Amino acid sequence: MDFKLKIWKQKNAGSKGKFVNYEVKGISSDTSFLEMLDILNEDLIYKGEEPVVFDHDCREGICGMCSLYINGYAHGPDAAITTCQLHMRKFKDGATITIEPFRARPFPVIKDLMIDRTALDTMIQAGGYTSAKTGGVPDANAILISKENSDLAMDAASCIGCGACVASCKNASAMLFVSAKVSQLALLPQGKPEAAERVLNMVAAMDEAGFGNCTNTGACEAECPKEIKITNIARLNREYFSASFASEL
Amino acid sequence: MVKLNSKIPEGPIEKKWSNYKDQQSLVNPANKRKIDIIVVGTGLAGASAAASLGELGFNVKNFCFQDSPRRAHSIAAQGGINAAKNYPNDGDTVYRLFYDTVKGGDYRARESNVYRLAEVSNNIIDQCIAQGVPFAREYSGLLDNRSFGGAQVSRTFYARGQTGQQLLLGAYGALSKEIKKGSVKMYTRHEMLDLVVVEGRARGIIARNLINGELERHAAHAVVIATGGYGNVFFLSTNAMGSNVTAVWKVFKKGSFFGNPSFTQIHPTCIPVHGDFQSKLTLMSESLRNDGRIWVPRKKEDVARLKNGEIKPKDLSEEERDYYLERRYPAFGNLVPRDVASRAAKERCDAGYGVGETGLAVYLDFESAIERLGKDVIEERYGNLFQMYQKIVDENPYETPMMIYPAVHYTMGGIWVDYELQTTIPGLFAIGEANFSDHGANRLGASALMQGLADGYFVLPYTIQSYLSDQIGVPRFSTELPEFAEAEKQTKEQLEKLMSIKGKNSVDHFHKLLGKIMWEYVGMSRNKKGLLHAITAIKELREEFWKDVRIPGEINDLNTELEKAARLADFLELGELMARDGLDREESCGGHFREEYQTKEGEALRNDKNFTFVSAWEYMGEGKEPKLNKEKLEYEAIEVKQRNYK
Ligand code: SF4
Ligand code: FES
Repeated sequence: MDFKLKIWKQKNAGSKGKFVNYEVKGISSDTSFLEMLDILNEDLIYKGEEPVVFDHDCREGICGMCSLYINGYAHGPDAAITTCQLHMRKFKDGATITIEPFRARPFPVIKDLMIDRTALDTMIQAGGYTSAKTGGVPDANAILISKENSDLAMDAASCIGCGACVASCKNASAMLFVSAKVSQLALLPQGKPEAAERVLNMVAAMDEAGFGNCTNTGACEAECPKEIKITNIARLNREYFSASFASEL
Repeated sequence: MVKLNSKIPEGPIEKKWSNYKDQQSLVNPANKRKIDIIVVGTGLAGASAAASLGELGFNVKNFCFQDSPRRAHSIAAQGGINAAKNYPNDGDTVYRLFYDTVKGGDYRARESNVYRLAEVSNNIIDQCIAQGVPFAREYSGLLDNRSFGGAQVSRTFYARGQTGQQLLLGAYGALSKEIKKGSVKMYTRHEMLDLVVVEGRARGIIARNLINGELERHAAHAVVIATGGYGNVFFLSTNAMGSNVTAVWKVFKKGSFFGNPSFTQIHPTCIPVHGDFQSKLTLMSESLRNDGRIWVPRKKEDVARLKNGEIKPKDLSEEERDYYLERRYPAFGNLVPRDVASRAAKERCDAGYGVGETGLAVYLDFESAIERLGKDVIEERYGNLFQMYQKIVDENPYETPMMIYPAVHYTMGGIWVDYELQTTIPGLFAIGEANFSDHGANRLGASALMQGLADGYFVLPYTIQSYLSDQIGVPRFSTELPEFAEAEKQTKEQLEKLMSIKGKNSVDHFHKLLGKIMWEYVGMSRNKKGLLHAITAIKELREEFWKDVRIPGEINDLNTELEKAARLADFLELGELMARDGLDREESCGGHFREEYQTKEGEALRNDKNFTFVSAWEYMGEGKEPKLNKEKLEYEAIEVKQRNYK
């Protein structure tokens, strides 16, 4: 298969970027999207040009490091996968593919398609954990947790911190990401003691980092590679209101 | 000359760890604040260590090359984590977990370390639950367990097929808490490029800021290496693209011994290779072997008919299939340890019974499990793995069997450490997959997560204090010391040299060639001739690389090709050491299979008389042959036997 590629090139955070056109030829349909970019980069290296820079690591859809906005979709047109799990068989032979970085103010471009998502870590640091220290904790089976709640917590905990939800949201809201962590811990007895503080601190950190507000468009859920449900946002809102109500008393 | 002292505590095996703790020196809280520790790596071992050391009051600097500590490759572990909880009441004990691990490792692990690992395994599960790790549960609300290879009890805790992710996010949460508190300072997109040794002790590192290419000096009272394994020396492996040996290799060259470099785990259930541009291999969790049955056709005609599409796997009757693991190992069946399962697959494929395009694949079939349990149960257990398989291969495993083949997955070898996890350089520690570890010559499934977290949460935070207790009077180091300047200069020169070659071929070109040599001659089965050939071939390739590699871009800028080149330079040296170690070990044990040493039935044949030791290689300088030191292994609590899974 052959493809025309329109790729965003940008030297660094300070400089202005632009689209550059490339071509790749003779790609097998079993090639993954990132392998297609590897082939392009090998080509560029042999031509003496600088390769296109993009983030990636595990290449199996779990580390959350790959990103890319492909033909207008975060992680490309296929549902419920990350960019590294996308295969070229999903594209038509001869197609033009537009590749951009995830765009959101809190995610500045570092170079080409590589972005800085430190803001996601900062929000977790604001309270996305239980404060249990190493040692001195009860037996794992001491507290029973219903399978239902445990499964729901696991659904929320599947978030890989990729930021596609932010990139897909017209407000650049990180609500789905934050709600996934808030929900996971709100659903479990271990997370309860700090639930109120957690939701207030994480939401405050989100505002501070410059993420926008959630207006319930649902674009995040549609693009999330791990199918994190928007019902988590509803749970976050409930948690948030009861926490702010309690803190006003 | 360094003498190997494994510092095994006195007393019977079940008392050693508590005896150690009773007598060890600790650092008091006021003094902890005066002590700096560098932890390199943020996987299960690194993150749990950095968080725990921060909680104790030390000042920690934590480094990772990814954009966030949560990306470390522990995140990709699928199947589960072992512990001796005995919740299913099926007869598990600490001793049994210890025994299975030593036996699974083919009697090439240090007894006292493995016992301690089994002992703390239960604390890990408790800890994770307190962090909100959503392990699978039964309807009763209690935790669920499943079985894994090499064990006859169900002792594996799991979170769907994403156990590594959930455990890592637990440790990442604990780390985030400490970062917020200020006890841990996090350096992301930083790569350690050298160790700084001052007066014989580890005192800091040189790290490259990957965004602007600047070299930075960081000083500390102790350095902890938690940078994982070196499976990427094979180019294709289940490791992440960035996983590398550089930190481990640099400390080796500064004086830490390298333990058992040739012990590599080839995982039996991975998606087969599909083409020349494949960048990595994907694992299909071993847990699938709980319900999946592995087979190839019994007759070669059927192999041919399958290949040309005349028949589908489903069309073959039970009699026409060879469930070779069930046939060869009736007691353990599809749940034999990884090394045994991998070799058996290779044996069938080499004999011409392999399936798929390349003939390098076997079937992993869920038909009878779906019949027995229903599709829903299988979906609940393995849904995400089936989805992952379908996305990659474009076939539906509910309807047609998966195709799998062994792939490089884990390295049991690593930096040699004593009971305290200290290397042969005082003040330098190694934890998790980066050390030569508790797995001997073969690691059992669901034991890597256990070891990473055991080291980070429950072992290192104690044992490091025994070293630090006499360091409290030592003031913070200045990075202006000549040793820092020298290490930085050498690093800079190496990078400049790489940039100046301006050759014809890309980094990946050389990496693929190295991978081919390694897989062919230092892979699943090895022999003297091949290993000797590998040593020469790698040397030649290394020379080629240093003459002909082409790295575009600038040195003082974000430069992914330069990052790759610097890592490959170290892999090109490591590969030779692996081959040397494989050559020296004239026996077959665990993942190390020497064709010359096998039983009549083709099973691995150990030579306990001459090889019951850990090979601890010592760097002797540029261009010189490394020296082999031996740590003799003594088995007191376990009787050494021929491994038998029949
Ligand atoms: S919620 Fe989904 S899209 Fe957002 S960071 Fe998590 S996995 Fe990515
Ligand atoms: S590279 Fe890890 S999720 Fe894509």
